[in-house]
Amino acid sequence: MGDFPILSTTLLLPILGAILIMIVPREQEKLIRYIAAVSTLVSLALSLLVFYNYDRALAGMQFVESIPWVKDLGVNYAVGVDGISIPLLLLTNLIGFSAVYASWSVEERVKEFFSLLLLLITGVMGTFVATDLFIFFLFYEVVVIPIYLLVIMFGSSKRVTKEYAGMKLTIYLLIGSAFLLVGLIALFIKGQSILGFPSMDITTLAGVDFPVAFQIFAYTLMAFGFGTLLSMFPFHAWSPDGYAGAPTAVSMIHAGVLKKIGGYGLIRIGLFILPAGAQYIAPIIALLALGNVVYAGMICLSQKDLKYIVGYSSVSHMGYVLLGIASLNLISINGAVMMMFAHGVMAALFFAMIGNLYQKSHTRNVVDFGGLAHQMPRLATGFMLAGLASLGLPGTVNFIGEFTIFVGAFKNYQVLTIIAISGIVITAVYILRTLGNVLFGPRRPEWDHLQDLKGPEMVPLIVLGGAILLGGILPFTVMDLINSGVDQLLQQIGPMGIGGIF
Amino acid sequence: MQYQLLTPEILTAVLGLFTLAAGLLPPQRGKQAVGILAVIGLAVILGNVILNFSSQTVFFDGVYQIDTYCSFFKILFLCAALLIFFMASRYTDFFGKRKSEWFSFMIFATLGMMIMVSSGDLLTLYVGLELMTISFYILSGYLLNDGLSAEAGLKYLIMGALSSAVLLFGMSLVYAASGSTVFTEIYRALSVTPNQPILIAGIVMLIAGLGFKISAVPFHMWTPDIYQGSPTPVTAYLSVASKAAGFAALVRVFLVALPATQFNWNLTLAVLAALTIVIGNLVALPQKNVKRLLAYSSIAQAGYILVGLVAANIYGLKGLLFYVMLYVFSNVGAFAVTTIIEVETGSTDLEAFNGLGRRAPMLAAVMTICLLSLAGIPPLAGFAGKFYLFSGAIQAGYLWLAFIGLLMSMISVYYYLNVAKAMYIGESEDEANVSVPVMGRLALWLCLLGTIFIGIYPGPLSHMTELAIGLFF
Repeated sequence: MGDFPILSTTLLLPILGAILIMIVPREQEKLIRYIAAVSTLVSLALSLLVFYNYDRALAGMQFVESIPWVKDLGVNYAVGVDGISIPLLLLTNLIGFSAVYASWSVEERVKEFFSLLLLLITGVMGTFVATDLFIFFLFYEVVVIPIYLLVIMFGSSKRVTKEYAGMKLTIYLLIGSAFLLVGLIALFIKGQSILGFPSMDITTLAGVDFPVAFQIFAYTLMAFGFGTLLSMFPFHAWSPDGYAGAPTAVSMIHAGVLKKIGGYGLIRIGLFILPAGAQYIAPIIALLALGNVVYAGMICLSQKDLKYIVGYSSVSHMGYVLLGIASLNLISINGAVMMMFAHGVMAALFFAMIGNLYQKSHTRNVVDFGGLAHQMPRLATGFMLAGLASLGLPGTVNFIGEFTIFVGAFKNYQVLTIIAISGIVITAVYILRTLGNVLFGPRRPEWDHLQDLKGPEMVPLIVLGGAILLGGILPFTVMDLINSGVDQLLQQIGPMGIGGIF
Repeated sequence: MQYQLLTPEILTAVLGLFTLAAGLLPPQRGKQAVGILAVIGLAVILGNVILNFSSQTVFFDGVYQIDTYCSFFKILFLCAALLIFFMASRYTDFFGKRKSEWFSFMIFATLGMMIMVSSGDLLTLYVGLELMTISFYILSGYLLNDGLSAEAGLKYLIMGALSSAVLLFGMSLVYAASGSTVFTEIYRALSVTPNQPILIAGIVMLIAGLGFKISAVPFHMWTPDIYQGSPTPVTAYLSVASKAAGFAALVRVFLVALPATQFNWNLTLAVLAALTIVIGNLVALPQKNVKRLLAYSSIAQAGYILVGLVAANIYGLKGLLFYVMLYVFSNVGAFAVTTIIEVETGSTDLEAFNGLGRRAPMLAAVMTICLLSLAGIPPLAGFAGKFYLFSGAIQAGYLWLAFIGLLMSMISVYYYLNVAKAMYIGESEDEANVSVPVMGRLALWLCLLGTIFIGIYPGPLSHMTELAIGLFF
C-alpha cells in the first residue's frame, strides 16, 4: 500500500459525495442516489481493505497519518487505527452503506437528505480514526447538527412530534458534550503544564502522569459526556424519543454507530488517558449500567410502538457495554467492544426493517400487525435475524459479545453480573413476544397489499444480516483484532484494580 | 517619526470627506459611483494596512501608536466595512437621496474605530470613540420614515451620551490618581503609588463606559431596541466593528495602563462575563424577531469574548482577537441573509424566514452555518475561538467560568436552531425563488468560506493573533 493515505481517503469520500450532490441539479434524483451509493460503497471497500491489511501480529496504531494543524494548541491532523477502532470503522461503513439503500425511497428533498446523510457518516467515521483529541472532538460534534436537520425534515411524528424529538436529542447530546469539552480543555491545560509543551495527541497525553484527584475530576466529566451519548441511565431519555422521531437512516446510524462513540471514547480517552480516574468511577458506572439493563428492559416490556421497543432495548443493551467497560479487564473490555459492533449491526438491521414496514403500512404499533411472515417472508427473515441476535442467541455475533462481557465482569462484580444476566431473560420476553405478534399467527388480509423486500431494499438485510451471522460463526475474525488492540492498551496502562469510591 | 504609517487614517478621512462631497454631484450616475468609490477606497486602505502589518512606531510621546495589535484591528474594521458595503448594495435604495452620505458616515465611523485602537492616551481614545459613536447616532436613525429607526437613533443618542459621560468621568479620576493620560505614564505612576480608592472608582467607571460599547450586562439594555430599529447593515456594523473597537480599547487600557497589583479587576470582569453570557442567552431563547434575537445573541457573544480579557493570558487574549475576527464573518453572514430577507419581504420576523430552505437553499445554508458558528459548533470558526477563550480561562483558574460559558453556548443552540427550523420546515405562502444581487452573493460567499476555513484550519489566523498580542507579553 505504501504511503497511500487510505484513512483520509475513506474519510473524505463521503464529504466529496456530499459536495457533488450539492452541485448536481435538484431534479437529478437518480444521480444523487447513485453518488451517495458509490461514495459509501468505496468507503466500505476501503475500510474492508484496512480490516484485512491490518498487521495483527504487530498491533498498535497503523495506517498512521499526521499533519501539523494548529501549532500553538499542539494539534495535528492525526489519524490511525488499531484493533479497537477498526471494527467500529467497519461498522460505520457497513451501516452507512446500508442506510443509503434503506433510504432509497426518499422522495422529497433528495438532495438535502443525502448530502446531510453523507456528512453524518463522515463525522462518525472521523471520531473512530482520529488520534488527536481536537480532531476527535471536531468530528464528534459535526454529527449533531445534520441529525437535527434530518429529523425535523424527514422524521415522523407519532407519540412525540419530530420537532420535539429532534430538539430533545440535540440539546441532550450538546449538553453532554459541554461537560466533555470542559474535561478535554482541562486535560489539555493540565497536560501542557506537566509536559511543558501543548499536545493534543492521545498517546502523548496517555503517557502523562496526571494527579489522581485531577483524573477523577476529568473522568467524571467524560463519563457525563460520553455517558449521555451512550444513553447511560439516567441520561438515556433522548434515545427512544429521538429514534422514534428520526427517519430510518438516522435511526440506523444513531443506534448503530453514533452511540458507540460514547463507549469508544470511554475506552480510548477515558480509560487510556485517565486510568486512575476510571478505576475510581468504575463501580458507579457498573451500578448505572444495571439501571440500563434492568430498568430500560422493564420499560421495554410495556412498549407498543416497534421503534420504542428497539429504542429502549438499545438503551438496555448499552448497559452490557458499560458493565464491560467498568470491569476494566482484558476480557470484559474485549466483550464491550465486540458488543458495540454486534449491537450496531443488529440495531441497524432492526431499524431498517421497521422503517421499511412503516413506510409501507404507515403504522408501527405491534397490535396492528400479525402473520406478516405470510405476506413478507424476507422482511420476516430480517426481523427474526435481528431479534434473535438481540437476545443473544448463540450463532449470532451478539452472543459472543454478551458472553465475553459476563465472563469478564464476573471476576469483579459477582452480584451485579448475575443481575445483569437477568437482562437476557427480559430481552427474550419482549423480543419474542413482539416478533410473535408481528410476524406469526393467522394471515391478516388487510396487509395483503404489502410488498416484500426487493431490489435495493434487500441490501441492508444482506449486508447487516451477513455481518451478524459471519461474526457469530467466525468470531475470531473480529475478536482477535479487538484483543490485539485492547491488550496493547491495557499493557500501556499497567496493572489496575477496581474501586476507591466504595 | 514615520508619518507615512499614518496613511490609512489620513486616507480614510479623505475618503470620507470625498464621498460626502460626491453626494453633491447632481446626476444619478454620480450617486451610483459613490458606492463603488467607497469600496475601492477601503480596499486600497486595507491593502496598505496589510502591507504595513508588522511596522511599529510611537507618535507624540506615546499618544498615538502604530503596532501589530492596532493593525490587526484595522484589518478587521476594514474587512467588516467592505463586507457590509457588499451586502447592503440593494438595501441602500431604502435611503433614497441620502445614499452617498450613508457611505460617508460609515467611513467616518471606521475612522473613529481606527483611532480608538491606535490611541495610547485616554483622550485620543475618547476622541476616536466619540467620532465612532456620533456617526452611529446618525446611522442608526437613518430610515427617517420608520418609527423604529428614529426611536433607535434617539435612544442610542441619549444612552450613548450618558455612557460617554461616565467614561469621561472615569478617565478624569484615573488622571487624578496618576497625573497623566498617556497609558505608559499612568502605569509608571500607579506602580509606585499605593492603592487609592479614587482609582477604583475610576476603573469601575471605565468598565461601565466601555462595557456599554461592548454591550456587557448590566450595560446592555440599549442593545435589543437599537439593533432591531437600526437599518440592518448598520446593525451588522454596530455589532461586529463597534464591539471589536470597544474590546480593543478595553484590552489596551487594562493591560497597558493599569498594573495588576492595584485592583483585582479580573474577578469583577469574570462576574460580568458570566452574567452577560447567562442573561444574553436566556433572554434570546423566546425571541421571535431575528434582528432582536441576534441582538441578544451578540450580548452573549460579548460575554464569551470578555472571558479572554478575564483570563489575560496568551490563550485568552489570542482567543479574544481570534473571536472578534471570526465574529465579523459569522455575524455579518447572518445579517447579510437577514438584509436580503428584509429587502424581499419587508420584515425580519421569524415567519419571514419560513420556507427559505426551499426558496433559496444558499441563503438558508449560509444562515445555518453562520448561526452554528456563533453557537460554537465544530468544525466552524466559533468552536476554535471558544476553544482558545476557554482554554485561557481554565489556565487562569476560572474553571467555573468555562463551565458556564460552554453550557450556555450549548443551550444557545436552541434558539439558533429555531431559525434553522423555520427555514427548513416552515411553510410560507410565497414559494418564488429569492433573488440575490451579485454583490450580496459575494458577501455571502466570503462570510461562508471565512467561517468554514477559520474553523477547519485555524492556523493562519492564530498565527496572526499571536503577532498582534506580542506587545502585552
